[in-house]
Amino acid sequence: MSDSILDIIDLKLGFETSNGVSPAVDGLNLSIRPGETYALLGESGCGKSLTASAIMQLLPDDAWIMGDSEILYEQRDLLQLPEADMRPLRGKSIAMIFQEPMSSLNPVMTIGQQMSEVLRLHLGLSRPKARMLELMVKVGIPDAQRRLNEYPHQLSGGMRQRMMIAMALAGEPDILIADEPTTALDVTIQAQILMLMQDLQREKGMSILLITHDLAVVAQMAHRVGIMYAGHLVEEGSADDFFKNPLHPYSQQLFKSLPNIHKRNESLATIKGIVPPLTEVFEKCRFASRCPYVKDTCRNILPKWPNAQHKVRCHIYDDHYKNLFMQLDSDDNQKARNGLTNDPENLLSAKDLKVYFPIKKGLLKRTIGHVKAVDGVSLHLKTGRTLALVGESGCGKTTVGKAILQLLPNTEGNIQYQEYVLNDLSYNQLKPLRGDLQFIFQDPVTSLNPRMMVEAIIAEGMQAQRRYKNSPERMIRIQQLLDQVGLPRDSLQRYPHEFSGGQRQRICIARALAVDPKLIICDEPTSALDVSVQAQILNLLRDLQDELQLSYLFITHNISVVAYLAHEVAVMYLGRVVEQGPISQVLEGAKHPYTQGLLAAVPSIEKRHAFQGIQGELPSPANPPQGCHFHPRCPHAMGQCRKKYPKSSGFSKEHWAKCFLYD
Amino acid sequence: MFAYVLRRMIYAIPVLIGVNIITFLLFFMVNTPDDMARAQLGDKYVTQQAIERWKVDHGYNKPLFYNQTDEGMKKATDTLFFQKSLKLFSFDFGRSDSGRDIGHDIKQRMWASLAIAVPIMLIGILINITFAMLMVFFRSTYLDISGVVFCVILMSVSSLFYIIGGQYLIGKLLRLVPISGYAGGLDAIKFIILPVVVGVISGIGAGSRWYRSIFLEEMGKQYVITARAKGLSEITVLFKHVLKNASIPIITGVVVIIPSLFMGSLLLESFFGVPGLGSYVIDAIRQQDFAIVRAMVFLGTVLYIIGLILTDLAYTWVDPRVRLN
Repeated sequence: MSDSILDIIDLKLGFETSNGVSPAVDGLNLSIRPGETYALLGESGCGKSLTASAIMQLLPDDAWIMGDSEILYEQRDLLQLPEADMRPLRGKSIAMIFQEPMSSLNPVMTIGQQMSEVLRLHLGLSRPKARMLELMVKVGIPDAQRRLNEYPHQLSGGMRQRMMIAMALAGEPDILIADEPTTALDVTIQAQILMLMQDLQREKGMSILLITHDLAVVAQMAHRVGIMYAGHLVEEGSADDFFKNPLHPYSQQLFKSLPNIHKRNESLATIKGIVPPLTEVFEKCRFASRCPYVKDTCRNILPKWPNAQHKVRCHIYDDHYKNLFMQLDSDDNQKARNGLTNDPENLLSAKDLKVYFPIKKGLLKRTIGHVKAVDGVSLHLKTGRTLALVGESGCGKTTVGKAILQLLPNTEGNIQYQEYVLNDLSYNQLKPLRGDLQFIFQDPVTSLNPRMMVEAIIAEGMQAQRRYKNSPERMIRIQQLLDQVGLPRDSLQRYPHEFSGGQRQRICIARALAVDPKLIICDEPTSALDVSVQAQILNLLRDLQDELQLSYLFITHNISVVAYLAHEVAVMYLGRVVEQGPISQVLEGAKHPYTQGLLAAVPSIEKRHAFQGIQGELPSPANPPQGCHFHPRCPHAMGQCRKKYPKSSGFSKEHWAKCFLYD
Repeated sequence: MFAYVLRRMIYAIPVLIGVNIITFLLFFMVNTPDDMARAQLGDKYVTQQAIERWKVDHGYNKPLFYNQTDEGMKKATDTLFFQKSLKLFSFDFGRSDSGRDIGHDIKQRMWASLAIAVPIMLIGILINITFAMLMVFFRSTYLDISGVVFCVILMSVSSLFYIIGGQYLIGKLLRLVPISGYAGGLDAIKFIILPVVVGVISGIGAGSRWYRSIFLEEMGKQYVITARAKGLSEITVLFKHVLKNASIPIITGVVVIIPSLFMGSLLLESFFGVPGLGSYVIDAIRQQDFAIVRAMVFLGTVLYIIGLILTDLAYTWVDPRVRLN
């Protein structure tokens, strides 16, 4: 143990509940070595963030440390240190960055004020400005002098996270705890931040405790990996060993439930059940109730935590019990999917869609310009197919979805659905068509009315569309819908908050299906969900598509979901589609430099430590760059790219891109 | 900035016209000039001639909105609405029913109101913030809980109790200051102390509890954890980070009432015999002098609208995220 810099020994902590203290972290042992990145991976509520707070001694007020937990740093037990001795370590020896860089910074203090605090406190600098500028340059913040006097809201998300990193580096820490540092960022920015962290680690030799739920981020960053499930560390090993050969059934299931292009013709493996809440009381092996290989032993005897290079907490690998598991009869729930059949017809076409938002100014609120959120987008949605719309946040993809459904006024363009032109219809003429066109939103928590019961939520659309004459008929249909989306039948008289995130998304899907839609616009429907739950929802969406011949417009930034689910993909940049085509052609032969960069920024599990990103950030749509919008970030930018916007060049019947490279 | 303020002032005009019309209707159609005259002259033994004479003397002998007997513009101007209500827009309050110059009275009496209301506000904020900060520093301990209980008790007691109790204890038993009354110049101080103390104490309960909840809400935010993770002490976190954010709702909540301070406090002024605008209104109501009440209602509206505009300006001052427009 002497070669480690931080040792967590038998950490046990819990929350007070009505029936005693429930251990949210139970007997956690891990060591972090100097200069390594240790990734602690787990789904929400597994106790990984609590562990980080325990190291910093910043636990929430209602959390309790129990038993003989120890956290050793420089031969001192941090858990026993009085607050006055702990404080000098925080931000100096152990620094931390967080998931949401906007809320992590004080909104009413300037960047300079917030940063100088650390330098004054830990380094005793009375004039920290020179050092601040140095740090900001190091983390890649352009124009540092001016930024010092700016407030957090004036910076982009990526810049804010760089700021957090600069502040964390200010005390020259031995250990950097990064709690989901890139979860709230776009893939392109995520790649930049992760690379920055790698570079800084190489230079400073600090250790990083990386807390994340994203296997691919772990693959890119980690030297060693610990998998947490429900307060237990269930597997630990070097990243090489882990990714070559994940041992614990939970780890294996996580890999199987990740969507990717190779799984297109099968359903995703799902872990039955849900991620347990922090307060749940468990059987001996905490994964037993969701494990495909479970035996009685698992419920009666807690698996040991072995002393080995690649550790796993599971009876399957215990000499004493392993003959019980001679035959692994997993109830593998993957099923094959049908390939594509004949060429389907167009269900809905958007032609040259434009959505401009006016910028108003002055006493009389004159319009002085427009934010061109969507600037000439044409899309064709085919019956029974999925078109994915991808791009960074702020590129206008959600606006496209809302504009197609006429939830936003269309500035220009033409939305053709069957024999109707949607944007020419009045509110009342649109009403009967609303049932055909439905929307599923990103956040299932806020998109369900918390004061309505599930029955009312599902029935509301039917009533508006006058679908069923009498209530018994409607009731039968609602029951049918519950079965279809996999919700228990007793859900009807319950409120949304009684359901888990995945179940709430199922309610949203049931609500959309209730009016027999032909097209559903799915706006990031899985990005708020855990990996294992995401697999369940993606399977459901695909099953429904096969069964009901639904068309999806799938708005997302998650390329692996696109690869798994979509038939066609359109890549958006600053209000325009820059490349479009069948999924395999675009993913394997991306033509536009933006698409190429976007794909390269996606961390991959197969090609570890091998990603690069796109330089810079998405410019403001109120003031897009001249010529090709992408040229300031493009590695191939040429003279003419600065002058005019390129026309589209075709590569196959359906695959085209707008770039001068192919003109 | 300038354009914004100008636009807000233009928006205020329809509101003021609305208030003006509604108060006019309430005062003149519900309570007609005849009723006013009768009330002023004494209900019994009043002849119709006496009423008519009173109306002529006080300028109430005109039609409400439209004067058919006059020529040209005078058809509209020589009416009660124009003379009594529209003139308020130029802050020409006219004479009260008992013949006093209302504008002059207001100018004279507002200083007494301010002398009480401003110290109450300033001292009150200081004490409430300190008390709330202490509760938050000792949050979820018995000190915090007893603080909250204390606040609830203070809130539950009627402010009349504080007034009478204060007068009895400090004025009568201890004989530290006069029970009530007022004097000009520096002598005013000994008359002001008691109402200020009573005003501050009766506000502690509600104020501290409100500030405490604002502070607690801020304490739960992520930036507080960041600040602690930097190694800052709890006191620094509280005073530098939390107080700065919490002062946004506190300051904007205070700014809105600042203009209304001119209007004084109805209760305190009449109990302590302070000749401010609060007691002015009370006396006017008691004497059925509606000209004064009308003027004060209009003035209150104007001051409140100014308060709202100042609040929006205060947001831009305390919160860098807020920009006007």
